[in-house]
Amino acid sequence: MPSIIRVSGLTKTYDSGFTALQNIDLEIHRGEIFALLGPNGAGKTTLISIICGISSPSEGTVLADGFDIVKDYRAARSKIGLVPQELCSDAFENVWSAVSFSRGLFGKPANPEFIEKLLRQLSLWDKKDAQMRELSGGMKRRVMIAKALSHEPDILFLDEPTAGVDVELRKDMWQMVRELREQGVTIILTTHYIEEAEEMADRIGVIRKGKILLVEEKQALMDKLGSKLLSIRLQQPVSEVPEALAEFSLQLAEDGDTLCYRYDSRQESDSIARLLRKLTEQGLEIRDLHSSESSLEQIFVSLVHEKEQ
Amino acid sequence: MNLYAIRAIYKFEMARTFRTLMQSIASPVLSTSLYFIVFGTAIGSRMGNIEGISYGAFIIPGLVMLSLLSESISNASFGIFFPKFSGTIYEVLSAPVSSMEIVIGYVGAAATKSVTLGLLILLTAQLFVDYHIQHPVWMLAFLILTAVTFSLFGFIIGIWADDFQKLQVIPLMVITPLTFLGGAFYSISMLPEPWQTLTLFNPVVYLISGFRWAFYGVADVNVAVSLGMTMVFLLICLTVVWWIFRTGYRIRT
Repeated sequence: MPSIIRVSGLTKTYDSGFTALQNIDLEIHRGEIFALLGPNGAGKTTLISIICGISSPSEGTVLADGFDIVKDYRAARSKIGLVPQELCSDAFENVWSAVSFSRGLFGKPANPEFIEKLLRQLSLWDKKDAQMRELSGGMKRRVMIAKALSHEPDILFLDEPTAGVDVELRKDMWQMVRELREQGVTIILTTHYIEEAEEMADRIGVIRKGKILLVEEKQALMDKLGSKLLSIRLQQPVSEVPEALAEFSLQLAEDGDTLCYRYDSRQESDSIARLLRKLTEQGLEIRDLHSSESSLEQIFVSLVHEKEQ
Repeated sequence: MNLYAIRAIYKFEMARTFRTLMQSIASPVLSTSLYFIVFGTAIGSRMGNIEGISYGAFIIPGLVMLSLLSESISNASFGIFFPKFSGTIYEVLSAPVSSMEIVIGYVGAAATKSVTLGLLILLTAQLFVDYHIQHPVWMLAFLILTAVTFSLFGFIIGIWADDFQKLQVIPLMVITPLTFLGGAFYSISMLPEPWQTLTLFNPVVYLISGFRWAFYGVADVNVAVSLGMTMVFLLICLTVVWWIFRTGYRIRT
């Protein structure tokens, strides 16, 4: 797949000597939703700031749709929209002029029809004459998204888009991001909510202490690192796990009527069959079976933990 | 050239002025009018003419300069300081605009405001004091040149300042004293030595002197020197702004 953003050898060292990013290589595919995951202070915002032109890189290059973000900054930046993490706005400006301002700033002629469409899409139309200070946090966030989309960018950066946003609005936001992707916009979002990455992303990059630990298709990442949990509900509760089943390291739960088996879905495919056979041999009758994948959260925690050692 | 961006910044800044019309236009016009009433009409009638000009008329160019300098600085410094303070500067920094376009937008709007203000003060002065303008084109030229130069200076202060106090300290502690001591209320020829020579180190002397020449054809220093000094200050400000954008000083980390 062709890359829309290509980061090569990017390093950022601040004047204080702090290195926020170390030799980052990253490719973002055209049309995908890419989630950049990492704990606070990992360098997510710094990476975005550099790509968008707010910070200058110390070393390395970034191409946005083929344009160098330093040498060809006009062409590169006009492709990009940014919704920063912090909600900041000019308190006394109204929504309509704030969004129109952004469009002009990005070098596009006024287009009231487009702005109207955008505001309607983001459920902001009836607030178009409201001053920014009158809006709730969630509404302000939408205005910032409208500002970022006002110049019809091909690439949208969402830095922690759902930080401090209630559940309902978060779901709306996810829906909106999917719609944008359908319109062909490439979306890069940073988050430390695993749920968010799991829900939306096509690919996931994990960043920690200024280094990209891995970049993987979400599904592949989950398959690769994911263990599965098989819950076996028994007809009759047992007081302890029979000795004969020791090799499976089962856990007993739910008042003795459920056995939990954690297994690696990548390895030896016959373990479940063997387990079930042994259960029958022991005279244990099965009432119900349920299997679940481990969440990205578990993957993430184990990954970050693993690299720390 | 991203003309849409320049227009967007300019319009945004002008809209800010219109939202705060009382503060940005009405109050400086009122406070300058008070000078005209006190010094021009009330006390001025008891004072002798200076170089053949009535005292009330003599102080007009200086008073216009006083407002022009302080308003140019405060408009331009606030215009760029506030986005930095509130965080909205991210948008300008991530936009496909050159530093020159940013400066034209912000400084252009600030200068437009102070030129408008200067002209309004001149119109208001007409109510209290009888005066004429000998060289209207030069008057306008000095007005615009000074407004642009000091708006640039204000822009620099706005970038340098990282708190509200720093934003105020230069206009209040440096510009106001220099203007009062720069011949706004007197001709420097009235000063005894060594003050007369020392005053020549005050750059505001040249601004006021040149501006007064445009009104009445009399000046403390040669008008060409005034013009030259104004241009020098303009060039210094342009150089500093160029350096700021080149190094990203206090704007781009």
